[in-house]
Amino acid sequence: MAVKFDLNEREVWDGNYAASQALRQADVDVVVAYPITPSTPIVENYGAYVGNGYINGEFVMVESEHAAMSGCIGASAAGGRVSTATSSQGFALMVEVLYQASGMRLPIVLNVVNRALAAPLNVRGDHADMYLGRDSGWIQMGAFNAQEAYDLALCAFKIAENHSVRLPVMVHQDGFITSHTAQNVYPLTDEKAYGFVGDIVPVDDMLDFSRPVTYGAQTEEDWHFEHKAKQHKAIMDSKGVIDEVFAEFEKLSGRKYSRIETYDMEDADVVLIGLGTTVETARVAAKEIRKEKGIKAGVLAIRCFRPFPLDEVREALEGVKSIGVTDRSSPGGAMGAFYNEVAAAMATSKSRPMVTDYIYGLGGRDLSIENCKQIFIDQQANADAGHITTDLQQFTGLRGPALGFFKTGRS
Amino acid sequence: MQDLNLLANDNRGQSQLEAGFDLMGWDEVTQGSVLPSFDGDATGIANKKAEERSYSGFNSYTASVASWRVQKPVFNRDICIDCQNCWVWCPDSSILSRDKQMLGIDYDHCKGCEVCVEVCPTNPKSLLMFNEHADLEESLASWPEKKKKEKKSKEA
Repeated sequence: MAVKFDLNEREVWDGNYAASQALRQADVDVVVAYPITPSTPIVENYGAYVGNGYINGEFVMVESEHAAMSGCIGASAAGGRVSTATSSQGFALMVEVLYQASGMRLPIVLNVVNRALAAPLNVRGDHADMYLGRDSGWIQMGAFNAQEAYDLALCAFKIAENHSVRLPVMVHQDGFITSHTAQNVYPLTDEKAYGFVGDIVPVDDMLDFSRPVTYGAQTEEDWHFEHKAKQHKAIMDSKGVIDEVFAEFEKLSGRKYSRIETYDMEDADVVLIGLGTTVETARVAAKEIRKEKGIKAGVLAIRCFRPFPLDEVREALEGVKSIGVTDRSSPGGAMGAFYNEVAAAMATSKSRPMVTDYIYGLGGRDLSIENCKQIFIDQQANADAGHITTDLQQFTGLRGPALGFFKTGRS
Repeated sequence: MQDLNLLANDNRGQSQLEAGFDLMGWDEVTQGSVLPSFDGDATGIANKKAEERSYSGFNSYTASVASWRVQKPVFNRDICIDCQNCWVWCPDSSILSRDKQMLGIDYDHCKGCEVCVEVCPTNPKSLLMFNEHADLEESLASWPEKKKKEKKSKEA
């Protein structure tokens, strides 16, 4: 029997601690881990819960993140509830195995504490690791604060293990700003939390000796395409289950989540789109710029990065005039990936608003309220002029001469 | 001479991997390309002999995976001492043996790697490689004689 963990109605937790408590309450069977800053405390705390008898689980230390995700695959294929955490270089080393997990349809939950990718070496938060996983076939959800890191981790198990989904899920939080900032968090009781997540009902589990199965079959040009198409359809179809799980979670906790979140969007002319901790800064900036300059500013946040909510983004932005998309990852010779997706959504809208891209916050560089206000001011200038007045891609919060790329063809 | 279907059940080596047989659409393939090895309840199947098992169409047992073999091992019953060395070393479970008696080769799964010949301790060997299209009877008829030990010369 597990030892009872005393919880207050309101706790002061950072994002890492919040995520580790979700793993404890979900009664995760196996965590296979190779710790890396800033996600280390998630797996460290799980190990402590096991060591101190708070949970009947297995904590497996391995020699690399590649091995960590490989171990998760083994435990998940065996039929267990499985989770781990990583960041940055560790995430990069895991990438090969991430594709294995999603291709084998294993419902692993990976807590990703977003951190920049070297070189130069950097431990702070940006979204380079998250972007690296964007084609991996995992559902990717973003938490903007510690409470959400806890809530979404619980939701992640329920989504991943749903038999019509059966896909691995990443829950992202920003390195240090979320992972190491202690905030008020309102946890569910252990009974409520486990009642919500429920028992895992395995599929094709390798410990079912009445039905031995092969995992990791080889498929060449005669089979591979069909398998990948089926997998893609599964992640596209998962949005219904994600919505259902969010609705059920709201009934239980009073906290409402959506695949996109909108703030001050009812009458907005200009919009900033972001994810992660940027969203809370942008919300403050939108409110202030409305008062200071009368700019009808709104914020749209992407909660669910994969499957990308293309229809929902288009619908929410139909009729706005100009949109600034924020990309917190060095784009390496193109527009930001997030920009490309929003621009694709808006290209198929009726009103076809203008869309520009802002690269920001690399290596944990703070995005200030003033930076966000300038984005709104740029968009208002576009709206007033009727065409994009800046380069399509700009850098915000960067020292040195202004840097920008690509021009609009619609002026 | 060995029966080519020695210890084979009804579906051993029946399908050809390269042939375009019954290719399914994306809506029909298994989830996660996970493949069940047997049809029906397989409880205790480890205690059954291969020819008694209900291998599924996904199991390579039911497919011929020997099309790229260019040389095949031929088994000579008259010389074999049933040491089981070949059975232990074969990487494709293609040595057919029952009650520790060597019976022959599973030609649906043998890739012609020659490991069995290499590890065979008899003189002459009880397994030798022949051209894939060589007749089994002719191969056995051309079996080499026992090699005599060469006398060591005192000068060496």
